[in-house]
Amino acid sequence: MDNLRPELRIIADWIEPGSRVLDLGCGDGSLLMHLRDTRQVHGYGLEIDEDNIVSCVNRQLNVIQADLNEGLTEFEANSFDYVIMTQALQAMHYPDNMIEDMLRVGREAIITFPNFGHWRCRLNIARGQMPVTSSLPNSWYNTPNIHLCTLDDFAELCVEKNINVLERTVVDHSHKSTLAMRLLPNLMGEIALYRLSHK
Amino acid sequence: MPEKIPADSVGLVTPLIQHFDQALKLDCGRTLASYDLIYETYGELNPQHSNAILICHALSGDHHAAGYHHQDDKNAGWWDNYIGPGKPIDTTRFFVICVNNLGGCGGSSGPMSINPEKNKPYGPDFPIVTVKDWVHSQAMLADKLDIPQWAAVIGGSLGGMQALQWSIDYPDRLRHCVVIAAASKLSAQNIAFNEVARQAIMSDPEFYEGHYYEHDTVPHRGLKLARMLGHITYLSDEAMRAKFGRELREGKINFGFNVEFQVESYLRYQAQSFVDRFDANTYLLMTKALDYFDPANEYNGDLAKTMSSAKAHFLVLSFTSDWRFAPERSREIVKALLDNHKEVSYSEIAADHGHDAFLMPIQHYINVFNAYMKNIALEMPTGTNP
Repeated sequence: MDNLRPELRIIADWIEPGSRVLDLGCGDGSLLMHLRDTRQVHGYGLEIDEDNIVSCVNRQLNVIQADLNEGLTEFEANSFDYVIMTQALQAMHYPDNMIEDMLRVGREAIITFPNFGHWRCRLNIARGQMPVTSSLPNSWYNTPNIHLCTLDDFAELCVEKNINVLERTVVDHSHKSTLAMRLLPNLMGEIALYRLSHK
Repeated sequence: MPEKIPADSVGLVTPLIQHFDQALKLDCGRTLASYDLIYETYGELNPQHSNAILICHALSGDHHAAGYHHQDDKNAGWWDNYIGPGKPIDTTRFFVICVNNLGGCGGSSGPMSINPEKNKPYGPDFPIVTVKDWVHSQAMLADKLDIPQWAAVIGGSLGGMQALQWSIDYPDRLRHCVVIAAASKLSAQNIAFNEVARQAIMSDPEFYEGHYYEHDTVPHRGLKLARMLGHITYLSDEAMRAKFGRELREGKINFGFNVEFQVESYLRYQAQSFVDRFDANTYLLMTKALDYFDPANEYNGDLAKTMSSAKAHFLVLSFTSDWRFAPERSREIVKALLDNHKEVSYSEIAADHGHDAFLMPIQHYINVFNAYMKNIALEMPTGTNP
Protein backbone atom coordinates (compact mmCIF):
# COMPACT_ATOMS: atom_id res chain seq x y z
CA MET A 1 0.00 0.00 0.00
CA ASP A 2 1.24 3.48 -0.77
CA ASN A 3 1.63 6.13 1.89
CA LEU A 4 -1.99 7.23 1.75
CA ARG A 5 -3.18 9.43 4.62
CA PRO A 6 -4.85 7.03 7.10
CA GLU A 7 -8.04 9.08 6.94
CA LEU A 8 -8.17 8.50 3.20
CA ARG A 9 -7.56 4.80 3.74
CA ILE A 10 -10.71 4.58 5.87
CA ILE A 11 -12.64 6.34 3.10
CA ALA A 12 -11.18 4.06 0.42
CA ASP A 13 -12.56 1.06 2.31
CA TRP A 14 -16.05 2.53 2.01
CA ILE A 15 -15.90 2.76 -1.80
CA GLU A 16 -17.23 -0.10 -3.89
CA PRO A 17 -14.92 -1.16 -6.73
CA GLY A 18 -15.77 0.14 -10.19
CA SER A 19 -17.84 3.05 -8.92
CA ARG A 20 -17.96 6.68 -10.07
CA VAL A 21 -16.38 9.14 -7.70
CA LEU A 22 -16.22 12.91 -7.48
CA ASP A 23 -13.55 14.18 -5.07
CA LEU A 24 -14.17 17.77 -3.99
CA GLY A 25 -10.91 19.50 -3.16
CA CYS A 26 -8.89 16.51 -4.33
CA GLY A 27 -5.50 18.07 -3.52
CA ASP A 28 -2.62 16.33 -5.28
CA GLY A 29 -4.91 13.45 -6.25
CA SER A 30 -3.65 10.86 -3.73
CA LEU A 31 -7.08 9.46 -2.93
CA LEU A 32 -8.25 9.39 -6.56
CA MET A 33 -5.08 7.70 -7.67
CA HIS A 34 -5.40 5.10 -4.92
CA LEU A 35 -9.05 4.48 -5.84
CA ARG A 36 -8.22 4.21 -9.53
CA ASP A 37 -5.29 1.86 -9.01
CA THR A 38 -6.81 -0.39 -6.35
CA ARG A 39 -10.56 -0.17 -6.96
CA GLN A 40 -10.89 0.60 -10.69
CA VAL A 41 -12.83 3.72 -9.82
CA HIS A 42 -13.65 6.26 -12.54
CA GLY A 43 -13.25 9.62 -10.93
CA TYR A 44 -12.86 13.35 -11.23
CA GLY A 45 -11.24 15.72 -8.82
CA LEU A 46 -12.20 19.32 -8.33
CA GLU A 47 -9.35 21.52 -7.19
CA ILE A 48 -8.50 25.20 -7.10
CA ASP A 49 -4.73 25.16 -6.52
CA GLU A 50 -2.55 25.32 -9.65
CA ASP A 51 0.25 23.10 -8.32
CA ASN A 52 -2.23 20.45 -7.21
CA ILE A 53 -3.78 20.52 -10.68
CA VAL A 54 -0.39 19.87 -12.26
CA SER A 55 0.16 16.98 -9.78
CA CYS A 56 -3.16 15.44 -10.76
CA VAL A 57 -2.46 15.81 -14.50
CA ASN A 58 0.95 14.25 -13.90
CA ARG A 59 -0.79 11.28 -12.33
CA GLN A 60 -3.14 10.98 -15.32
CA LEU A 61 -6.16 11.85 -13.20
CA ASN A 62 -9.14 13.82 -14.41
CA VAL A 63 -9.00 17.14 -12.60
CA ILE A 64 -11.24 20.14 -13.09
CA GLN A 65 -10.17 23.53 -11.80
CA ALA A 66 -13.09 24.90 -9.84
CA ASP A 67 -14.02 27.01 -6.85
CA LEU A 68 -16.18 24.77 -4.65
CA ASN A 69 -17.96 27.80 -3.22
CA GLU A 70 -19.58 28.22 -6.63
CA GLY A 71 -21.40 24.92 -6.06
CA LEU A 72 -21.66 21.83 -8.23
CA THR A 73 -23.94 23.30 -10.89
CA GLU A 74 -21.85 21.73 -13.66
CA PHE A 75 -22.79 18.25 -12.48
CA GLU A 76 -26.03 16.49 -13.27
CA ALA A 77 -28.16 14.95 -10.53
CA ASN A 78 -27.26 11.36 -9.59
CA SER A 79 -24.25 11.29 -11.89
CA PHE A 80 -21.87 9.79 -9.30
CA ASP A 81 -21.90 6.95 -6.79
CA TYR A 82 -19.87 8.88 -4.24
CA VAL A 83 -19.13 12.56 -3.77
CA ILE A 84 -16.26 12.99 -1.32
CA MET A 85 -15.11 16.03 0.63
CA THR A 86 -12.24 15.62 3.07
CA GLN A 87 -11.42 18.35 5.58
CA ALA A 88 -12.92 21.12 3.49
CA LEU A 89 -16.57 21.41 4.55
CA GLN A 90 -15.66 23.75 7.41
CA ALA A 91 -14.03 26.11 4.90
CA MET A 92 -17.13 26.40 2.66
CA HIS A 93 -19.22 29.56 2.60
CA TYR A 94 -22.42 27.50 2.90
CA PRO A 95 -21.68 23.98 4.23
CA ASP A 96 -25.39 23.10 4.46
CA ASN A 97 -25.96 23.87 0.77
CA MET A 98 -22.79 21.98 -0.12
CA ILE A 99 -23.99 18.81 1.64
CA GLU A 100 -27.31 19.00 -0.20
CA ASP A 101 -25.51 19.57 -3.50
CA MET A 102 -23.27 16.57 -2.82
CA LEU A 103 -26.30 14.38 -2.23
CA ARG A 104 -27.97 15.75 -5.36
CA VAL A 105 -24.99 14.80 -7.53
CA GLY A 106 -24.03 11.57 -5.75
CA ARG A 107 -25.88 8.54 -4.44
CA GLU A 108 -23.79 8.88 -1.29
CA ALA A 109 -21.71 11.65 0.23
CA ILE A 110 -18.54 11.07 2.23
CA ILE A 111 -17.52 13.96 4.45
CA THR A 112 -14.72 14.40 6.96
CA PHE A 113 -14.20 17.39 9.27
CA PRO A 114 -12.40 18.33 12.49
CA ASN A 115 -14.64 17.88 15.53
CA PHE A 116 -14.94 21.15 17.43
CA GLY A 117 -16.40 19.24 20.35
CA HIS A 118 -13.09 17.48 21.07
CA TRP A 119 -11.99 17.96 24.69
CA ARG A 120 -8.89 19.89 23.67
CA CYS A 121 -11.03 22.46 21.85
CA ARG A 122 -13.36 22.67 24.82
CA LEU A 123 -10.40 23.16 27.16
CA ASN A 124 -9.06 25.99 25.03
CA ILE A 125 -12.45 27.68 24.99
CA ALA A 126 -12.82 27.16 28.77
CA ARG A 127 -9.50 28.93 29.14
CA GLY A 128 -10.91 31.75 27.07
CA GLN A 129 -9.03 31.15 23.83
CA MET A 130 -9.83 29.88 20.35
CA PRO A 131 -8.43 26.37 19.97
CA VAL A 132 -5.21 25.75 18.09
CA THR A 133 -4.74 21.99 17.85
CA SER A 134 -3.11 19.47 15.53
CA SER A 135 -6.32 19.08 13.53
CA LEU A 136 -7.02 22.87 13.70
CA PRO A 137 -3.53 24.32 13.41
CA ASN A 138 -4.40 27.90 12.39
CA SER A 139 -4.97 31.00 14.49
CA TRP A 140 -8.40 32.65 14.49
CA TYR A 141 -7.26 35.42 12.12
CA ASN A 142 -5.76 33.27 9.37
CA THR A 143 -7.80 30.11 9.50
CA PRO A 144 -9.65 28.97 6.38
CA ASN A 145 -12.01 27.09 8.73
CA ILE A 146 -14.93 29.47 9.04
CA HIS A 147 -17.75 27.01 9.78
CA LEU A 148 -16.61 24.67 12.55
CA CYS A 149 -19.03 22.28 14.20
CA THR A 150 -19.20 19.44 16.68
CA LEU A 151 -20.40 15.94 16.00
CA ASP A 152 -23.68 16.76 17.70
CA ASP A 153 -24.13 19.88 15.57
CA PHE A 154 -23.55 17.84 12.45
CA ALA A 155 -25.98 15.13 13.56
CA GLU A 156 -28.61 17.81 14.16
CA LEU A 157 -28.14 19.18 10.64
CA CYS A 158 -28.52 15.68 9.17
CA VAL A 159 -31.84 15.25 10.99
CA GLU A 160 -33.00 18.69 9.86
CA LYS A 161 -32.07 17.94 6.21
CA ASN A 162 -33.51 14.44 6.30
CA ILE A 163 -30.13 12.86 5.69
CA ASN A 164 -29.31 9.26 6.56
CA VAL A 165 -26.03 8.61 8.38
CA LEU A 166 -24.94 5.30 6.87
CA GLU A 167 -21.67 5.12 8.70
CA ARG A 168 -19.67 7.26 11.13
CA THR A 169 -16.10 6.85 12.35
CA VAL A 170 -14.20 9.12 14.71
CA VAL A 171 -10.44 9.05 15.00
CA ASP A 172 -7.65 11.11 16.56
CA HIS A 173 -5.16 13.18 14.59
CA SER A 174 -3.03 10.09 13.96
CA HIS A 175 -6.23 8.43 12.73
CA LYS A 176 -6.47 5.83 15.44
CA SER A 177 -9.80 4.94 16.95
CA THR A 178 -9.93 4.01 20.65
CA LEU A 179 -12.60 2.68 22.95
CA ALA A 180 -12.90 6.11 24.56
CA MET A 181 -13.67 7.62 21.14
CA ARG A 182 -16.31 5.03 20.48
CA LEU A 183 -17.94 5.64 23.87
CA LEU A 184 -17.68 9.45 23.89
CA PRO A 185 -17.21 10.40 20.26
CA ASN A 186 -18.11 14.08 20.58
CA LEU A 187 -15.64 14.54 23.43
CA MET A 188 -12.82 12.23 22.41
CA GLY A 189 -12.94 12.23 18.58
CA GLU A 190 -10.69 14.68 16.74
CA ILE A 191 -11.71 13.93 13.19
CA ALA A 192 -15.13 12.75 12.08
CA LEU A 193 -15.79 10.68 8.95
CA TYR A 194 -19.35 10.33 7.71
CA ARG A 195 -20.99 8.35 4.94
CA LEU A 196 -24.38 9.86 4.10
CA SER A 197 -27.33 9.32 1.83
CA HIS A 198 -30.74 10.85 1.31
CA LYS A 199 -33.60 9.28 3.23
CA MET B 1 16.72 34.42 -36.96
CA PRO B 2 18.76 35.05 -33.79
CA GLU B 3 22.55 34.84 -34.26
CA LYS B 4 22.56 31.32 -32.87
CA ILE B 5 19.57 28.98 -33.11
CA PRO B 6 18.35 28.39 -29.53
CA ALA B 7 18.70 24.78 -28.34
CA ASP B 8 14.94 24.55 -27.80
CA SER B 9 14.07 25.69 -31.34
CA VAL B 10 13.14 23.37 -34.18
CA GLY B 11 15.59 25.46 -36.25
CA LEU B 12 15.23 26.07 -39.97
CA VAL B 13 12.09 24.65 -41.52
CA THR B 14 10.81 24.36 -45.06
CA PRO B 15 7.11 24.13 -45.87
CA LEU B 16 5.84 21.22 -47.95
CA ILE B 17 2.92 21.18 -50.39
CA GLN B 18 0.52 18.30 -50.90
CA HIS B 19 -1.63 18.39 -53.99
CA PHE B 20 -5.01 16.61 -53.98
CA ASP B 21 -6.84 15.53 -57.10
CA GLN B 22 -9.70 13.86 -55.23
CA ALA B 23 -12.63 16.26 -55.12
CA LEU B 24 -13.52 17.64 -51.70
CA LYS B 25 -17.22 18.06 -51.06
CA LEU B 26 -17.81 21.08 -48.87
CA ASP B 27 -20.45 21.92 -46.27
CA CYS B 28 -21.78 24.74 -48.45
CA GLY B 29 -22.73 22.21 -51.16
CA ARG B 30 -19.93 23.15 -53.53
CA THR B 31 -16.98 20.95 -54.42
CA LEU B 32 -13.29 21.71 -54.79
CA ALA B 33 -12.18 19.53 -57.71
CA SER B 34 -8.54 19.79 -56.70
CA TYR B 35 -6.64 21.68 -54.03
CA ASP B 36 -3.29 22.16 -52.34
CA LEU B 37 -2.45 22.06 -48.67
CA ILE B 38 0.77 23.63 -47.46
CA TYR B 39 2.15 22.34 -44.17
CA GLU B 40 5.23 22.13 -41.99
CA THR B 41 6.51 19.24 -39.90
CA TYR B 42 8.81 19.20 -36.89
CA GLY B 43 10.40 16.11 -35.34
CA GLU B 44 10.43 12.56 -36.71
CA LEU B 45 7.55 10.21 -37.36
CA ASN B 46 8.24 6.99 -35.43
CA PRO B 47 8.12 3.61 -37.22
CA GLN B 48 4.72 2.85 -35.65
CA HIS B 49 3.33 6.19 -36.88
CA SER B 50 1.90 6.67 -33.39
CA ASN B 51 3.60 9.91 -32.38
CA ALA B 52 2.00 12.37 -34.81
CA ILE B 53 0.42 15.54 -33.48
CA LEU B 54 -1.74 17.90 -35.50
CA ILE B 55 -1.60 21.58 -34.63
CA CYS B 56 -4.60 23.59 -35.84
CA HIS B 57 -4.13 27.31 -36.38
CA ALA B 58 -6.36 30.21 -35.48
CA LEU B 59 -7.90 33.07 -37.50
CA SER B 60 -4.73 34.83 -38.61
CA GLY B 61 -2.31 31.92 -38.21
CA ASP B 62 -0.84 29.63 -40.81
CA HIS B 63 1.25 26.48 -41.20
CA HIS B 64 4.40 28.15 -39.85
CA ALA B 65 3.97 27.26 -36.18
CA ALA B 66 7.60 26.93 -35.11
CA GLY B 67 11.18 27.57 -36.15
CA TYR B 68 12.56 29.91 -38.80
CA HIS B 69 12.27 29.98 -42.58
CA HIS B 70 15.71 31.38 -43.34
CA GLN B 71 18.84 32.71 -41.67
CA ASP B 72 17.59 36.31 -41.64
CA ASP B 73 14.12 35.43 -40.40
CA LYS B 74 13.43 37.76 -37.47
CA ASN B 75 10.33 36.01 -36.19
CA ALA B 76 9.87 32.41 -35.19
CA GLY B 77 6.61 30.55 -36.00
CA TRP B 78 3.44 31.62 -34.20
CA TRP B 79 3.56 28.92 -31.49
CA ASP B 80 7.32 28.63 -31.07
CA ASN B 81 6.83 29.12 -27.31
CA TYR B 82 5.20 25.70 -27.12
CA ILE B 83 6.73 23.62 -29.94
CA GLY B 84 10.35 22.48 -29.88
CA PRO B 85 12.84 20.23 -28.08
CA GLY B 86 11.95 20.14 -24.38
CA LYS B 87 8.87 22.34 -24.83
CA PRO B 88 5.36 21.05 -24.03
CA ILE B 89 4.94 19.84 -27.62
CA ASP B 90 8.34 18.18 -27.52
CA THR B 91 9.71 17.57 -31.00
CA THR B 92 12.18 15.00 -29.66
CA ARG B 93 9.15 12.83 -28.81
CA PHE B 94 6.49 13.89 -31.29
CA PHE B 95 6.14 14.35 -35.03
CA VAL B 96 4.30 17.64 -35.29
CA ILE B 97 2.31 18.84 -38.30
CA CYS B 98 0.70 22.21 -38.86
CA VAL B 99 -1.41 22.81 -41.98
CA ASN B 100 -2.51 26.09 -43.51
CA ASN B 101 -6.27 25.79 -43.70
CA LEU B 102 -8.19 25.82 -46.97
CA GLY B 103 -9.19 29.35 -47.85
CA GLY B 104 -6.00 30.60 -46.25
CA CYS B 105 -3.36 32.83 -47.77
CA GLY B 106 -0.22 31.01 -46.66
CA GLY B 107 0.02 28.69 -49.64
CA SER B 108 -2.96 26.34 -49.32
CA SER B 109 -5.73 26.77 -51.88
CA GLY B 110 -7.62 29.94 -51.15
CA PRO B 111 -8.97 33.13 -52.70
CA MET B 112 -5.50 34.08 -53.99
CA SER B 113 -5.06 30.75 -55.81
CA ILE B 114 -5.82 30.38 -59.50
CA ASN B 115 -9.31 29.08 -60.17
CA PRO B 116 -8.60 26.38 -62.79
CA GLU B 117 -12.00 26.94 -64.38
CA LYS B 118 -11.42 30.63 -65.01
CA ASN B 119 -7.63 30.85 -65.10
CA LYS B 120 -7.60 33.77 -62.68
CA PRO B 121 -7.57 34.04 -58.89
CA TYR B 122 -10.71 32.78 -57.16
CA GLY B 123 -11.13 35.99 -55.20
CA PRO B 124 -14.60 36.10 -53.69
CA ASP B 125 -15.59 32.99 -55.69
CA PHE B 126 -13.59 30.72 -53.41
CA PRO B 127 -16.24 28.65 -51.62
CA ILE B 128 -17.00 29.40 -48.01
CA VAL B 129 -15.29 26.69 -45.98
CA THR B 130 -16.22 25.51 -42.51
CA VAL B 131 -14.35 24.02 -39.56
CA LYS B 132 -15.78 20.65 -40.60
CA ASP B 133 -14.36 21.09 -44.12
CA TRP B 134 -10.94 21.91 -42.68
CA VAL B 135 -10.99 18.85 -40.48
CA HIS B 136 -12.02 16.75 -43.49
CA SER B 137 -9.12 18.13 -45.55
CA GLN B 138 -6.70 17.57 -42.65
CA ALA B 139 -7.87 13.93 -42.50
CA MET B 140 -7.15 13.63 -46.24
CA LEU B 141 -3.61 14.87 -45.54
CA ALA B 142 -3.25 12.39 -42.66
CA ASP B 143 -4.18 9.62 -45.12
CA LYS B 144 -1.49 10.78 -47.55
CA LEU B 145 1.09 10.82 -44.76
CA ASP B 146 -0.05 7.40 -43.56
CA ILE B 147 -1.07 8.60 -40.11
CA PRO B 148 -4.07 6.49 -39.10
CA GLN B 149 -4.44 8.08 -35.67
CA TRP B 150 -3.07 11.28 -34.13
CA ALA B 151 -1.46 11.05 -30.71
CA ALA B 152 -3.18 14.40 -30.23
CA VAL B 153 -4.95 17.17 -32.09
CA ILE B 154 -4.21 20.52 -30.48
CA GLY B 155 -5.41 24.03 -31.14
CA GLY B 156 -6.10 27.42 -29.58
CA SER B 157 -9.06 29.68 -30.38
CA LEU B 158 -10.37 28.77 -33.87
CA GLY B 159 -7.73 25.99 -33.74
CA GLY B 160 -9.37 24.62 -30.59
CA MET B 161 -12.65 24.48 -32.48
CA GLN B 162 -10.98 22.29 -35.11
CA ALA B 163 -9.58 20.00 -32.41
CA LEU B 164 -13.08 19.68 -30.95
CA GLN B 165 -14.54 18.93 -34.40
CA TRP B 166 -11.90 16.24 -34.91
CA SER B 167 -13.04 14.47 -31.73
CA ILE B 168 -16.63 14.51 -33.01
CA ASP B 169 -16.09 13.62 -36.68
CA TYR B 170 -13.21 11.15 -36.39
CA PRO B 171 -13.44 9.72 -32.85
CA ASP B 172 -11.10 6.84 -33.69
CA ARG B 173 -8.44 8.97 -35.31
CA LEU B 174 -7.14 10.83 -32.24
CA ARG B 175 -6.19 9.71 -28.77
CA HIS B 176 -6.03 13.15 -27.19
CA CYS B 177 -7.70 16.45 -27.87
CA VAL B 178 -6.30 19.69 -26.43
CA VAL B 179 -8.76 22.56 -26.69
CA ILE B 180 -7.31 25.91 -25.65
CA ALA B 181 -9.14 29.26 -25.30
CA ALA B 182 -11.97 28.03 -27.50
CA ALA B 183 -15.76 27.71 -27.46
CA SER B 184 -18.32 25.31 -28.83
CA LYS B 185 -19.90 28.23 -30.70
CA LEU B 186 -19.53 31.98 -30.93
CA SER B 187 -21.69 34.33 -28.91
CA ALA B 188 -23.74 37.05 -30.58
CA GLN B 189 -21.15 39.56 -29.36
CA ASN B 190 -18.38 37.60 -31.07
CA ILE B 191 -20.31 37.39 -34.33
CA ALA B 192 -20.95 41.12 -34.03
CA PHE B 193 -17.21 41.85 -33.79
CA ASN B 194 -16.64 39.68 -36.87
CA GLU B 195 -19.35 41.53 -38.76
CA VAL B 196 -17.78 44.92 -38.01
CA ALA B 197 -14.46 43.54 -39.27
CA ARG B 198 -16.11 42.28 -42.48
CA GLN B 199 -17.94 45.55 -43.04
CA ALA B 200 -14.68 47.45 -42.63
CA ILE B 201 -13.14 45.35 -45.42
CA MET B 202 -16.14 45.23 -47.74
CA SER B 203 -16.85 48.97 -47.53
CA ASP B 204 -13.29 49.85 -48.51
CA PRO B 205 -13.49 51.42 -52.02
CA GLU B 206 -10.55 49.27 -53.04
CA PHE B 207 -12.37 46.03 -52.19
CA TYR B 208 -14.04 45.83 -55.64
CA GLU B 209 -16.48 43.15 -54.44
CA GLY B 210 -13.47 40.98 -53.63
CA HIS B 211 -11.91 41.30 -57.10
CA TYR B 212 -9.19 43.68 -55.95
CA TYR B 213 -6.37 41.46 -57.31
CA GLU B 214 -7.50 42.36 -60.84
CA HIS B 215 -7.21 46.04 -59.94
CA ASP B 216 -3.73 45.47 -58.60
CA THR B 217 -4.63 46.77 -55.17
CA VAL B 218 -5.80 45.59 -51.75
CA PRO B 219 -8.48 46.98 -49.42
CA HIS B 220 -5.76 47.94 -46.99
CA ARG B 221 -7.80 50.49 -45.04
CA GLY B 222 -10.56 48.01 -44.34
CA LEU B 223 -8.22 45.18 -43.48
CA LYS B 224 -6.30 47.46 -41.11
CA LEU B 225 -9.48 48.46 -39.32
CA ALA B 226 -10.51 44.83 -39.04
CA ARG B 227 -7.16 43.93 -37.52
CA MET B 228 -7.21 46.89 -35.10
CA LEU B 229 -10.64 45.87 -33.86
CA GLY B 230 -9.52 42.26 -33.55
CA HIS B 231 -6.43 43.24 -31.60
CA ILE B 232 -8.44 45.21 -29.07
CA THR B 233 -10.64 42.19 -28.43
CA TYR B 234 -7.68 39.81 -28.13
CA LEU B 235 -6.16 41.88 -25.32
CA SER B 236 -7.64 42.56 -21.93
CA ASP B 237 -8.20 45.96 -20.40
CA GLU B 238 -5.48 45.19 -17.83
CA ALA B 239 -3.02 44.05 -20.50
CA MET B 240 -3.49 47.28 -22.49
CA ARG B 241 -3.23 49.40 -19.35
CA ALA B 242 -0.03 47.62 -18.35
CA LYS B 243 1.48 47.82 -21.82
CA PHE B 244 0.55 51.37 -22.83
CA GLY B 245 -1.31 53.16 -20.06
CA ARG B 246 -1.94 56.67 -21.36
CA GLU B 247 1.63 57.10 -22.43
CA LEU B 248 2.16 59.74 -25.12
CA ARG B 249 4.63 59.30 -27.93
CA GLU B 250 5.95 62.84 -27.73
CA GLY B 251 5.29 63.31 -24.03
CA LYS B 252 2.56 65.90 -24.67
CA ILE B 253 -0.77 66.18 -26.43
CA ASN B 254 -0.76 68.05 -29.75
CA PHE B 255 -4.47 68.72 -30.19
CA GLY B 256 -4.53 66.83 -33.48
CA PHE B 257 -5.52 63.54 -35.05
CA ASN B 258 -2.09 62.13 -35.68
CA VAL B 259 -0.74 59.32 -33.52
CA GLU B 260 -0.39 60.66 -29.99
CA PHE B 261 -0.98 57.84 -27.54
CA GLN B 262 1.32 54.82 -27.63
CA VAL B 263 -1.67 52.52 -27.95
CA GLU B 264 -2.60 54.25 -31.22
CA SER B 265 0.88 53.76 -32.52
CA TYR B 266 0.78 50.08 -31.56
CA LEU B 267 -2.54 49.47 -33.28
CA ARG B 268 -1.41 51.21 -36.47
CA TYR B 269 1.81 49.22 -36.52
CA GLN B 270 -0.01 45.93 -35.98
CA ALA B 271 -2.52 46.84 -38.68
CA GLN B 272 0.18 47.73 -41.20
CA SER B 273 2.20 44.58 -40.65
CA PHE B 274 -0.98 42.52 -40.95
CA VAL B 275 -1.87 44.05 -44.34
CA ASP B 276 1.61 43.13 -45.56
CA ARG B 277 1.07 39.44 -44.82
CA PHE B 278 -2.65 38.70 -44.89
CA ASP B 279 -5.32 38.61 -47.56
CA ALA B 280 -8.64 40.38 -47.04
CA ASN B 281 -10.73 37.66 -48.74
CA THR B 282 -9.14 35.06 -46.47
CA TYR B 283 -10.00 37.21 -43.46
CA LEU B 284 -13.63 37.26 -44.58
CA LEU B 285 -13.66 33.47 -45.01
CA MET B 286 -12.02 32.77 -41.65
CA THR B 287 -14.48 34.96 -39.76
CA LYS B 288 -17.36 33.14 -41.46
CA ALA B 289 -15.93 29.76 -40.46
CA LEU B 290 -15.84 31.06 -36.88
CA ASP B 291 -19.42 32.35 -37.02
CA TYR B 292 -20.81 29.12 -38.49
CA PHE B 293 -19.05 26.79 -36.05
CA ASP B 294 -21.69 25.13 -33.88
CA PRO B 295 -21.31 21.33 -33.89
CA ALA B 296 -24.24 20.94 -31.47
CA ASN B 297 -26.58 22.39 -34.07
CA GLU B 298 -26.95 18.94 -35.64
CA TYR B 299 -28.05 17.64 -32.23
CA ASN B 300 -30.74 20.23 -31.47
CA GLY B 301 -28.23 22.35 -29.62
CA ASP B 302 -27.40 19.55 -27.18
CA LEU B 303 -23.63 19.72 -26.75
CA ALA B 304 -23.54 16.71 -24.40
CA LYS B 305 -25.19 14.60 -27.09
CA THR B 306 -22.76 16.01 -29.66
CA MET B 307 -19.78 14.90 -27.59
CA SER B 308 -21.20 11.49 -26.72
CA SER B 309 -19.40 9.71 -29.56
CA ALA B 310 -16.00 11.26 -28.80
CA LYS B 311 -13.36 8.81 -27.64
CA ALA B 312 -10.37 11.07 -27.08
CA HIS B 313 -9.05 12.17 -23.71
CA PHE B 314 -9.43 15.92 -23.34
CA LEU B 315 -7.40 18.73 -21.89
CA VAL B 316 -9.36 21.98 -21.90
CA LEU B 317 -7.62 25.24 -21.00
CA SER B 318 -8.90 28.78 -20.66
CA PHE B 319 -7.52 32.09 -19.44
CA THR B 320 -9.04 34.26 -16.73
CA SER B 321 -8.83 37.58 -18.62
CA ASP B 322 -9.96 36.21 -22.01
CA TRP B 323 -13.25 37.94 -22.73
CA ARG B 324 -13.39 37.01 -26.44
CA PHE B 325 -13.45 33.27 -25.61
CA ALA B 326 -14.23 33.49 -21.92
CA PRO B 327 -13.60 30.65 -19.42
CA GLU B 328 -17.38 30.12 -19.22
CA ARG B 329 -17.33 28.99 -22.88
CA SER B 330 -14.62 26.43 -22.11
CA ARG B 331 -16.59 25.24 -19.08
CA GLU B 332 -19.53 24.52 -21.38
CA ILE B 333 -17.29 22.13 -23.29
CA VAL B 334 -16.09 20.60 -20.02
CA LYS B 335 -19.67 20.17 -18.81
CA ALA B 336 -20.66 18.36 -22.01
CA LEU B 337 -17.72 15.99 -21.50
CA LEU B 338 -18.51 15.47 -17.81
CA ASP B 339 -22.12 14.69 -18.67
CA ASN B 340 -20.76 11.83 -20.80
CA HIS B 341 -18.19 10.77 -18.16
CA LYS B 342 -15.41 11.35 -20.70
CA GLU B 343 -11.80 11.66 -19.65
CA VAL B 344 -11.20 15.38 -19.19
CA SER B 345 -9.02 17.77 -17.27
CA TYR B 346 -9.58 21.50 -17.16
CA SER B 347 -7.55 24.43 -15.94
CA GLU B 348 -8.46 28.08 -15.91
CA ILE B 349 -5.10 29.76 -16.15
CA ALA B 350 -4.58 33.05 -14.32
CA ALA B 351 -3.29 35.45 -16.97
CA ASP B 352 -4.00 39.09 -17.78
CA HIS B 353 -3.05 38.93 -21.47
CA GLY B 354 -6.63 38.37 -22.65
CA HIS B 355 -7.31 35.95 -25.51
CA ASP B 356 -3.71 36.31 -26.72
CA ALA B 357 -2.58 34.47 -23.56
CA PHE B 358 -2.80 31.17 -25.44
CA LEU B 359 0.29 32.19 -27.41
CA MET B 360 2.28 33.46 -24.41
CA PRO B 361 4.77 31.65 -22.20
CA ILE B 362 2.89 31.50 -18.87
CA GLN B 363 4.36 29.27 -16.17
CA HIS B 364 1.26 27.39 -15.02
CA TYR B 365 0.10 27.00 -18.63
CA ILE B 366 3.50 25.49 -19.49
CA ASN B 367 3.43 23.22 -16.40
CA VAL B 368 -0.01 21.76 -16.95
CA PHE B 369 0.49 21.43 -20.72
CA ASN B 370 3.88 19.77 -20.14
CA ALA B 371 2.47 17.30 -17.63
CA TYR B 372 -0.33 16.33 -20.01
CA MET B 373 1.93 15.95 -23.06
CA LYS B 374 4.55 13.90 -21.16
CA ASN B 375 1.89 11.33 -20.34
CA ILE B 376 0.84 11.17 -24.00
CA ALA B 377 4.44 10.38 -24.90
CA LEU B 378 4.71 7.72 -22.18
CA GLU B 379 1.59 5.85 -23.25
CA MET B 380 2.39 6.01 -26.97
CA PRO B 381 1.76 2.66 -28.67
CA THR B 382 5.07 1.22 -29.77
CA GLY B 383 3.74 -1.88 -31.51
CA THR B 384 4.18 -2.21 -35.24
CA ASN B 385 1.94 -0.20 -37.50
CA PRO B 386 -0.83 -2.43 -38.89
